[in-house]
Amino acid sequence: MTLLFGRTRALEAQIDQLLDAISEGCLVFEQGIADYLRPDPEQFEKRLAAIGEYEHKADELRREIETRLYRESLIPDHRGDVLGLLENIDNVIDEAKKTLWQFAVERPEIPAELGPGYLDLARAGTQAAQHLVSAVRAFFRDITIVPDHIHKVYFYEREADKLADRLKRRIFSMDVGLARQIHLRYFCLHVENISDRAEDVADRLSIYTIKRTI
Amino acid sequence: MIWFYLTSGLFLGWVLGANDAANLFGTAVGTRMLKFRTAALVGSVFVVIGAVAGSHGTARTLGRLGAIDALPGAFMVALAAAISVFVLLMKIGLPVSITQAIVGAIVGWNLFTGRPTDLKTLTQLLSTWLLSPVLAGVIAAGLFLLARSSVSGLKIHLLEVDGITRSGLLAAGAFGAFSLGLNDIANVMGVFVRVSPFPEKTTLGPFQATSVEMLFLLGGLAIAAGICTYSRRVMLKVGTGLAALSPLAALVVVLSAALVLFLFGSPDLQRGLKALHLPGWPLVPISATQAVVGAILGISIVRRSAIRTKALGDILLGWLVAPLLALVIALVGLFVLQNVFELPVAAGRVPAAARTSPPGR
Repeated sequence: MTLLFGRTRALEAQIDQLLDAISEGCLVFEQGIADYLRPDPEQFEKRLAAIGEYEHKADELRREIETRLYRESLIPDHRGDVLGLLENIDNVIDEAKKTLWQFAVERPEIPAELGPGYLDLARAGTQAAQHLVSAVRAFFRDITIVPDHIHKVYFYEREADKLADRLKRRIFSMDVGLARQIHLRYFCLHVENISDRAEDVADRLSIYTIKRTI
Repeated sequence: MIWFYLTSGLFLGWVLGANDAANLFGTAVGTRMLKFRTAALVGSVFVVIGAVAGSHGTARTLGRLGAIDALPGAFMVALAAAISVFVLLMKIGLPVSITQAIVGAIVGWNLFTGRPTDLKTLTQLLSTWLLSPVLAGVIAAGLFLLARSSVSGLKIHLLEVDGITRSGLLAAGAFGAFSLGLNDIANVMGVFVRVSPFPEKTTLGPFQATSVEMLFLLGGLAIAAGICTYSRRVMLKVGTGLAALSPLAALVVVLSAALVLFLFGSPDLQRGLKALHLPGWPLVPISATQAVVGAILGISIVRRSAIRTKALGDILLGWLVAPLLALVIALVGLFVLQNVFELPVAAGRVPAAARTSPPGR
């Protein structure tokens, strides 16, 4: 069996490592937002460096997996779907890294009373990403439980929408000047994007799952 | 001249390789799970092994239908079958088989020479035409359900399923090619068995082969030549034409068709069944093409996917058209051989010109 599956086992391990990198990267994103809001600049810089490493690792693994899938002509009937899935789930960690870097570059001044709102929004996005990673793992190994995870992705994406809406209303009800209001909303939109990217991948995954079951 | 007569059998073998063998591997190559080169190599090697191990049982069944006892007659029977299959399958695209054509051509020989046609054998052959695709369909449906529930129940990784399917397709393809050689060599060389030009014993290196084994080896090589030279087009058509198949379904199709071919071709299996006091199967040459089509339809029913009813209609049409066309070609060809070329098409049947020759000549 080891001889038969030696090569595919290595590829399976790479796919698992890619999903681990995305999952851990998203957790680092949530911690990074918490550190920024606390504020703890030293810890925030560490998170920034860590998410960069996770994102880089995920990119490298994705390229290696894609090359091997094509070079070794593996899963010819699902190759396109798997490549689409891996490229799109990579967008989630890309978005998380980009958002954290924007916090580092633009240093938005977030009023203390809005802090919990941003943190809740980041948590909802991270939860959506975690359930997405579980759904993708299930797609490879146990397709029957993919819908269980996907519906949780949709749940946290809807939660994120509600939290973002509430946060934006609070921002524009505050007397901080239009420029700062727009700046704060801009960061609200960026944090919200994490769950939107997760939802995009979940939509694709739903279709791929149906394709595999018929 | 004797070797010239065998060319029609070799042509028949080539057609069988280009079509029936191609149909066997078509789903695997069509779904891009096996490269054509791998399929052709494995198919060629195992079809030759199967042919040499050849089922004398299926050849005997054809022998009972019509005991062709003159080389020119055997030549024309094989040629008529080959031409009808070549025209209907390769030019018109009907999923006909050599199995049907050879039966038509033998009945044509019987009619031409006035020999009786064994109705019991004919009925047995006709009933297996119906039974073999149905049986392949039932086996395929059962195996497909089993494979699908195993994959989801055992939680096997998508990549491992791919690896298992790939190895399975190669093994099932080899088994299928062996069974094809075993079962269908009778279609290719069966009519030459009584008039084999080979000596009783031939030494091939460390091996000794009987006259019939040499005949079957030659037929096997002709089938292999058909696989290597012409089957690629047919494989891609079968793999993508009849229904959209997943690689797992392709594996089930190859395995089911191989099992049915083996079931109707293996004397060992028949002996084993009899030893266990189980009902034995008749050893009858069947169509690999129709077993494959039956298996694909069986899976389509289980998956509740659209069934192309035209495929079913084409099989039924093939049962009718292939033997009839082969019969007509055989009648015309035998007439030409006997009356134009003045060749004996059956033992004891003297050409007209020879009959009218003055005595003492």
